[in-house]
Amino acid sequence: MTAPLLQADRVGRTYGGGLLSGTPNVALDNFSMSNGTGTPSVTAVVGESGSGKTTLARLLLGLTTPTSGTVRYRGEDIGRLSGAARRSYRTDIQAIFQDPYGVFNPFYRVDHVLTTPVRKFRLAASRAEARALIEQALRTVGLRPEEILGRYPHQLSGGQRQRTMVARALLLKPKIIIADEPVSMVDASLRATILGSLRRLTDELGISILYITHDLATAWQVSDNIIVMYRASAVEAGRAEEVVKSPAHPYTRLLVGSIPQVSLTRDWLAAEPDAPRAEDRDAACRFAGRCSSAMDVCRVQVPPLSRIGPCHAAACHLYGQHAQLAAEDLNDVLA
Amino acid sequence: MNALEVRGLRVSFEHPLGLVRAVDDVSFNLAPRERFGLVGESGSGKSTMALAIMRMIRPPGHIDGGDVLLGDGNLSDLSGEAMRRARLAGIAMVPQGSMNALNPVMRVGDQVADAMRDHGVQPSDIAALMARVGLPSGTVDKYPHELSGGMKQRVCIAIAICLRPTVIIADEPTSALDVVVQRQVMRTLADVQQDLGAAILLIGHDMGLMAQFVDRLGVMYAGRLVEVAPIAEIVRRPRHPYTELLIASLPSMEQKEPPRGIPGLAPLLRDLPSGCAFHPRCPKAEGRCVTERPEPREVAGGVVVRCHFA
Repeated sequence: MTAPLLQADRVGRTYGGGLLSGTPNVALDNFSMSNGTGTPSVTAVVGESGSGKTTLARLLLGLTTPTSGTVRYRGEDIGRLSGAARRSYRTDIQAIFQDPYGVFNPFYRVDHVLTTPVRKFRLAASRAEARALIEQALRTVGLRPEEILGRYPHQLSGGQRQRTMVARALLLKPKIIIADEPVSMVDASLRATILGSLRRLTDELGISILYITHDLATAWQVSDNIIVMYRASAVEAGRAEEVVKSPAHPYTRLLVGSIPQVSLTRDWLAAEPDAPRAEDRDAACRFAGRCSSAMDVCRVQVPPLSRIGPCHAAACHLYGQHAQLAAEDLNDVLA
Repeated sequence: MNALEVRGLRVSFEHPLGLVRAVDDVSFNLAPRERFGLVGESGSGKSTMALAIMRMIRPPGHIDGGDVLLGDGNLSDLSGEAMRRARLAGIAMVPQGSMNALNPVMRVGDQVADAMRDHGVQPSDIAALMARVGLPSGTVDKYPHELSGGMKQRVCIAIAICLRPTVIIADEPTSALDVVVQRQVMRTLADVQQDLGAAILLIGHDMGLMAQFVDRLGVMYAGRLVEVAPIAEIVRRPRHPYTELLIASLPSMEQKEPPRGIPGLAPLLRDLPSGCAFHPRCPKAEGRCVTERPEPREVAGGVVVRCHFA
């Protein structure tokens, strides 16, 4: 079996906890997943702020080093890649970040973010060829090159800027795109447009996407698989359909139930408020303090991942009777 | 008498390439205790409208006309100093991105006290005020960086209600929060509204949130209100094609459908299309829409639409 293109193997990251800085803060705890094997797909990583989803993205991109475990590219630790392998890792794995305003230098024309990768990675032999490549990438994401090139960032809308960043990623013909909250700063109608262009990258160009978001609704809309994170661990994972239509973990249920719907039934505000119990703050299951189904076992034993269906797993004692799934086999339930 | 009445409000910005009309002849009102929503894409003028109501537009922007009535007083007639006193006491705002609205080097309790003192009220019972917005005791002595996003938002709500205003303007108060926290914050806002008997003007772009929270909704496009209707009417039957597309762009939890954005781009406000400003993006547009600007018409009880086909 060939090694997966990108793999997080029991990766953990803690911050602080040195001699002087008190209790360490666990940002990501023993997390495993792989990407880029099999059919190209969109996998969403959903969680609230502090759930570890951005830490995961940064670890996979090599922007943060893990405190335990290893991130591997084609089977090799990304911290020890040789020159050529590092170059191909930097090409194959591309990132799109949250802020379509902050990534541009306001003093350069937009062209700058597009010509830089072409130059650095020697993607084109001539200026004309470079231009053709850039125009093609812009068209792929639904932009008209004549409306983008030669302009300054402030002359573009948020949606145009974010799609320009998608085009930049495309120039390198990546195999995986890691998109960290790519649409949280644009409004609803543009959100749909940008997500639509991301989805097409998977369907038409065969690029796998890791979509990191706090928004379960858009995750459901574009993803094949969903991984729900809560305070540094995956609490539920599986096919998008399973996770959203039959959420198993009480946290996922809370998330699904908290999405305001355009409907005539106005039950959103009336729902039972979520009241954290302070005494369960340090329970073994990190969600126990907010869980309406918390049992004695939740306070003393960390819930293992249970396989509750062919494409569905949850880390909750409610499913203790199901077969356990080792954390490093999370990918088994992803399509 | 209405809690708030906006009549023919117009705001523009000076720009080297021409005048930008950000709010163009907008009129609506809020009944006492009513929750009124304003939705639209970024750049549609909704936040500018909030600032104009508060008379907080700064140069190069200016209010060109129209009246804002708070109860029976006309805010447009007030002197600068009288307007300063009316803010917070009569009409208060929970700003967009409250995360960054608080002073990072001042304890949050002191920031609430400051707001009160600035309006000549001796600060008292700040702890009770904090409790009312659902903050745990002890929050008064905290600095903003020690609080979560949802808690900072609550502090901003506490400041907004400290002088018991009759109108609260909330400009995208939960756009940076996840759904669970969003619901808690909106519930708090609903509770304090009930306490005060205040009306709320909620500005945002999330149709789901609007459908669940407001009584009536106004839809803005390119600086104009294109539809105003009771929320149930909008959900049941959106009259303006833009409203319909806004609703359709939201993911449905019932059925998995590919994302549907609104085609095209929002127009440049200094160079609006002729006729109906939405015609270049409208699936229903015909010749008439290019040449003739639709005027607002009441097509059913309380439903006012600016569209030739409504």
